[in-house]
Amino acid sequence: MLEAPVVIAVSLCYLGLLFAVAWWGDKRADQGKSIIANPTIYALSMAVYCTTWTFYGSVGRAAVSGIGFLPVYLGPTLVMALGWFLLLKMIRIVKANRITSIADFISSRYGKSHLLGGLVTIIAVVGIIPYIALQLKAVSSSVSLLLSYPDIVMPDRSATMSVAADMSFYIALILAAFTIVFGTRHLDATERHEGMVAAIALESGVKLVAFLAVGGFVTYGLYDGFGDIFEHITTNPELRHLATAIPSGAGYTGWFSLIVLSGMAVLFLPRQFQVAVVENVNEAHLKRAAWLFPLYLLLINIFVLPIALGGLLHFAGQGVDADTFVLTLPMSQRQEGLALLVFIGGLSAATGMVIVETIALSTMVCNDLVMPLLLRHKRMAIEEAKDLSGVLLSIRRGAIVLILLLGYLYFRLAGEAYALVAIGLISFSAVAQFAPAMIGGMYWRGGTRGGALAGLAAGFMVWAYTLLLPSFAKSGWLPDEFLTQGLFGIELLRPQQLFGLGGFDEISHCLFWSFLANIGAYVGVSLLRPPMVAEATQATVFVDALKNNGPVGAALWRGRAKVSDLQELVGRFLGPTRAQTLFVAYARRRGHADGVMLEADAQLVQFAESLLAGAIGSASARVMVASVAKEEPLSIEEVMHILDEASQLRTYSRELERKSRELTAATLELQEANERLQELDRVKDDIMSSVTHELRTPLTSIRAFSELLRDDPRMHLADRERFLGLIVSEAERLTRLINQTLDLAKIESGRADWNGCELDLKEVIEQSIAATSQLFREKGADVELDLPDNPPLILADRDRLIQVMLNLLSNAVKFLAPGSGRVRVALQRLADGLEVSVADNGPGIRAEDQQLIFEKFRQVGDTMTAKPAGTGLGLPISRRIVEHFGGKLWVESVPGEGATFRFTLPFAPVRETAVAVAEGA
Amino acid sequence: MHRRVLAGDRLVAAFLIGCVLFNYPLLSLFDRHTQIFGIPLVFAYVFFAWAAVIAVMAWAVERRFK
Repeated sequence: MLEAPVVIAVSLCYLGLLFAVAWWGDKRADQGKSIIANPTIYALSMAVYCTTWTFYGSVGRAAVSGIGFLPVYLGPTLVMALGWFLLLKMIRIVKANRITSIADFISSRYGKSHLLGGLVTIIAVVGIIPYIALQLKAVSSSVSLLLSYPDIVMPDRSATMSVAADMSFYIALILAAFTIVFGTRHLDATERHEGMVAAIALESGVKLVAFLAVGGFVTYGLYDGFGDIFEHITTNPELRHLATAIPSGAGYTGWFSLIVLSGMAVLFLPRQFQVAVVENVNEAHLKRAAWLFPLYLLLINIFVLPIALGGLLHFAGQGVDADTFVLTLPMSQRQEGLALLVFIGGLSAATGMVIVETIALSTMVCNDLVMPLLLRHKRMAIEEAKDLSGVLLSIRRGAIVLILLLGYLYFRLAGEAYALVAIGLISFSAVAQFAPAMIGGMYWRGGTRGGALAGLAAGFMVWAYTLLLPSFAKSGWLPDEFLTQGLFGIELLRPQQLFGLGGFDEISHCLFWSFLANIGAYVGVSLLRPPMVAEATQATVFVDALKNNGPVGAALWRGRAKVSDLQELVGRFLGPTRAQTLFVAYARRRGHADGVMLEADAQLVQFAESLLAGAIGSASARVMVASVAKEEPLSIEEVMHILDEASQLRTYSRELERKSRELTAATLELQEANERLQELDRVKDDIMSSVTHELRTPLTSIRAFSELLRDDPRMHLADRERFLGLIVSEAERLTRLINQTLDLAKIESGRADWNGCELDLKEVIEQSIAATSQLFREKGADVELDLPDNPPLILADRDRLIQVMLNLLSNAVKFLAPGSGRVRVALQRLADGLEVSVADNGPGIRAEDQQLIFEKFRQVGDTMTAKPAGTGLGLPISRRIVEHFGGKLWVESVPGEGATFRFTLPFAPVRETAVAVAEGA
Repeated sequence: MHRRVLAGDRLVAAFLIGCVLFNYPLLSLFDRHTQIFGIPLVFAYVFFAWAAVIAVMAWAVERRFK
């Protein structure tokens, strides 16, 4: 199953599958149905971070230094926690300025400088070449191992082997061809590759599955779980040194350096910048990716130690390279299918890295290195050409081939002296040099082009001297004396003990010196002079990227340009038809229905420049636009003035927004108040109509009796007194009625005064009974009391409660039969409150009347024969009072056996102090 | 707005916790030749701390606020 034709066929099928996925992804993107608009896909595409370094190299590293392979995954985890801020800002900047690469980012930030973009590109290409060599090394050794099956023969790599006979050369070519077909089929103004991202996400899935499969096989197939494998660490003295974080003696400094380095690499590696920033579809995806990507890293690393230990135990003394354990362990167990899966997993890891990295690098090489040179030296030729998009594509394709060939060259020169991880760390240290210019550029306005140039150049030179050149020396391509005795034999210049600094591992050593030089030069040179116009403008655009301001660029452009010139210019790089479509769409958006704009204003110029920036980089776009437009230079004072104005405008508009929000709130309040007023008005009308009717009854009788008295002067004295008595009592009733009506109106409208305080209900009841004792005596009725001592306090208004009690008591008395009446007043404790009951042995209330009595002006009883004895407002008022304090008032009655009025009131909310006082007492 | 600030602060806290957990001197406390459940202590510690930091990050961004 592992013969050459099968392996080749499976590999080609797999690459074909990737291609199909990419094609499908692009097609869906053109239809506007993106398949990568999903946080999980986004996180998986970030996992392009895991290359063959992770897939094969981690085990190799773990076999030498135990858990020392892990810091390069802890760094990214920590950085992802900050990704919410850092990556978000980068994404905003990139989208607002149509930035397509890290070189473009830095060049754009420091005044759209060609020189800076070129320098970043050179650093990136030189720095990444060892990394690409690493992939070639891993793939070619995995292929040759697989083809030697069933034997396990370490690949023999002598430097004298001819290129034509070297399989890695052909692998490099195949990868180049694949990448070209994959990534540079057409030119896109935004440099986004949805299909590629979909394929990368798939590859991340494949490599994870493959690694977990082999890990599971070693841990649970060859051995009996983690415990079984790790037992050998304690029993086998040769492995004992692996069970510590610092087995090599590099100390915790080396560990820390790797965390820092990998944290920066995950932000600034060109491929990470590509997938995490440029290819980001929706910035909300960052949230999920913030933990999903670290989780992926955790999963793919779980089995690294078991595989490393398994390999060390299994191949002890057989000279098998630990970097190949992932593949050789299944091979040695005759697990052909698993070995093939592992091979495909490794291929995924390598192709994913190579595709994204070389596409990102080729964009940089094209936009920031070749285009500026072409613009400078072949201005005429370019201005004559009508459509340059084909030229751009050719440049990119050439760059991809060149980068892979350079990777192959490094592999031939230095690949053998190092393990996979050591090669990768050289690249990590190179891209870390971008950190000061990138992070400084996003958060510090003072950084200048000169500072960035100086910092990058200094850091890059120190990196090359302390890490890259020594890698050549160790491979024998530079004299050994360079390492041991320093440059020109000067001891202080020994590249890995620079100025005599010892005690560090080579990575920490390089990190220290290069960062010292880089940050020192960046800050130092930046402080030499104030930022110039272009730098100050771009500093504002970058530093304030999260402040939601409109495009600053347009405000800072002054001059004249023709629409036709701009469109023609864009058409030269994107193709005339594309340009036509884009310009018409833009004009429509700006409100020109026919799609034709007559004048080129600052915003149109800005639009054209951003279109060009996507295709040829921001620095070149600036130059090209300047060539067709008549621009008036602005002085630094003018720029600062405009920026100030812009920020003032922002302040004003924020102020305006706040005011308008307040206004909306006020309108809402007014509306509510108005509704409330209308409701009150309705209540008032309601009461008035009933009241006028009710008032008429006593008034009528007062009037009738008064007229009788007036008209009949000869009336008997006894009659007179009876009539006068009636008039007085009716007048009293009238007063009561008016008082109670006012009272009820107050309660209903919510304007009543409530004096809530904690009170003892028993006291209230006793006080009310004392006040009504005269009534009871007159009727000859008995009052029975059932009141427990010290009932819990309730929260209510004393006077109002007395009013309720008086009402209930006087009601009870009213209906008692003279002489034999009995009223029982009881206080009872419930689960959450107190219940008061007033029971009488009067005639009772019919079931159908039990609700009516609580309505306003409703009195039950035979109104035809008996004169109404009350106002009809006492019970409604009482019910409202009780309800106000959170209780209920109702009646229970069986006609003929009396009625029982009950109301409940909840306990006062327990207060710590009250409880403490009560317990203390 | 408020919710976003809180989630952001939690992520920064996760970052700081991770920085402390993954480095000297806390790391050195666990860097000794002992086993826990048959696994060398430092292996178990690093993986556990790593998983914990990821869990905090997931909690910070995924939690729905009430």
